[in-house]
Amino acid sequence: MNRNLTWFGITALTFGLAFMYLPILVLVIYSFNDSEMVTLWSHPSLRWYQALFNNGTYWGPAWTTLRIALVSSVLATILGIMISLVVTRMRKFRGRSLFIGMTIAPLVLPEVITGLALLLLFIAMGVERGFLTVIIAHTTFSMCFVSVIVTARMAEFDIATEEAARDLGCGPVMAFFHATLPAILPAVISAFLLAFALSLDNLVVTTFTTGPGITTLPMRVFSEIRTGVKPEINALSTLLIVLVTAVAVTSSLMTKRAAKRQQQLLAATA
Amino acid sequence: MSAQRRWMLIGVPYSWLLLFFLIPFVIVMGISLSDPAIAIPPYAPVLDVQQGLAGIWQYFSQLDFENFQMVLEDEVYFTSYLNSLKMSFVTTLLCLLLGYPIAYAIASAPGSWKPNLIMAINLTFWCSFLIRIYAWIVLLSNQGVINQILLALGVIDTPIRILNTDFATYLGLVYAYLPLMIFPIYATLEKLDNSVYEASRDLGCSHIGSFVRVTLPLSRPGILAGCFLVFVPVTGEYIVPSLLGNSSTPVIGRVLWNEFFSNGDWPLAASISVLLMLVLVVPIVLYQFFQNRNAES
Repeated sequence: MNRNLTWFGITALTFGLAFMYLPILVLVIYSFNDSEMVTLWSHPSLRWYQALFNNGTYWGPAWTTLRIALVSSVLATILGIMISLVVTRMRKFRGRSLFIGMTIAPLVLPEVITGLALLLLFIAMGVERGFLTVIIAHTTFSMCFVSVIVTARMAEFDIATEEAARDLGCGPVMAFFHATLPAILPAVISAFLLAFALSLDNLVVTTFTTGPGITTLPMRVFSEIRTGVKPEINALSTLLIVLVTAVAVTSSLMTKRAAKRQQQLLAATA
Repeated sequence: MSAQRRWMLIGVPYSWLLLFFLIPFVIVMGISLSDPAIAIPPYAPVLDVQQGLAGIWQYFSQLDFENFQMVLEDEVYFTSYLNSLKMSFVTTLLCLLLGYPIAYAIASAPGSWKPNLIMAINLTFWCSFLIRIYAWIVLLSNQGVINQILLALGVIDTPIRILNTDFATYLGLVYAYLPLMIFPIYATLEKLDNSVYEASRDLGCSHIGSFVRVTLPLSRPGILAGCFLVFVPVTGEYIVPSLLGNSSTPVIGRVLWNEFFSNGDWPLAASISVLLMLVLVVPIVLYQFFQNRNAES
């Protein structure tokens, strides 16, 4: 589609972006507010950042959340790539439609359903709930998001490249790592980052599958904000927003550069 | 690829999904037919495979539909299902009405803007769900920014209640799920061949006429995907209604959560979850049907 942007379109965009960014902007501004009364503006200060850093109750959950996110996103990336390979390369095997269904359902099913189901499984299996069960739960939904992103990229990938590598004497595993993986790498990186972000952010499934002693940052934040606005949470939110923005922008720049390099490479070989 | 490798590649993700996605649902169904008990785990009967066939027979003979009867007969549960469906329906509609023009505008923006605009929408989606909902508490609460501004302007004398209303729930839901509507619609519009639109213009259609008769029908796959991605998860949404919503409007996500965590009635929570899945089968089957039809044509 290549039509001109009309006034209606410009209005829709301006309104849409304002709607999406104003609340976040207000939150960021108020995190620098000195006042004890959260929404009354007094003067700018870093008071609540200081309070946040001195409040030890956030550090433990933050560390737990990071460890869970790291392990589950690595697992989800590996399993997600495997799903994509099966979906794009193996057109026929018994139970394929069940397989496809199981990779799509976790994307949309309400979290209360998947969380409850996993918890009841862990109890039926007699597994002690904690770090490991949360990682399994996060991996299960993240791998499906990974497979969506990677499958889209793999569908565009020219299988001839991999076949050429095979002809040149690579085994199937070698051919994957030397020909296919470099080509789909930008998608793999953004899929990994999405899995990481999803795990970092998850509240509902985590609450169902966690055990005594394991509290994640979203659980901690949720128990604070249930009773209203907390200035320390404003500061914490701002830090998280800055972190996520930095990661997302970096990954998009990297993806763009990789795509450009690939195009140059293709142009050079043509 | 050797047969062994092939089976490993299929087998690993397949067994993971079977074990951690499908089997859990079978267990949920089993427990939804059990009775609550004061024991660990808090339901009875528990399947005892070691007793062989007799154990299995004893297990199945003790199952009944009592919980489902209770959920279907008790007005509280019925109302919460209706509230949830209404919540989902209205949110999906609002997301569509807001998201379509935005997706359309991005698709018709100059090529150099597109990646940045997509990035801008993407970024909000990456930011923590919980934080984005919290931002609305800061805006809407009684001492919140909006009330402060209205008080300062002299529009109101006392703070008005915006937080903990149905309105706030819808605001938060639309805010959180809007990107999921924009992406698929944008993806479909982006791929549309402009010459079809131009042909209808050449044949004398107005801008609006061409849009209604050509662009809109052709973007249906994107609209359907967007509606699906919003409708299904919103039906069981827990976070938004419990942080922004009105506690006198029970929704199914909160009811399930409370039955489980506060009342400890696992069999009842399981049957609420089974019924919710049954309700969601309708949009899922509809979506599959439309998608297959689109793929055929």
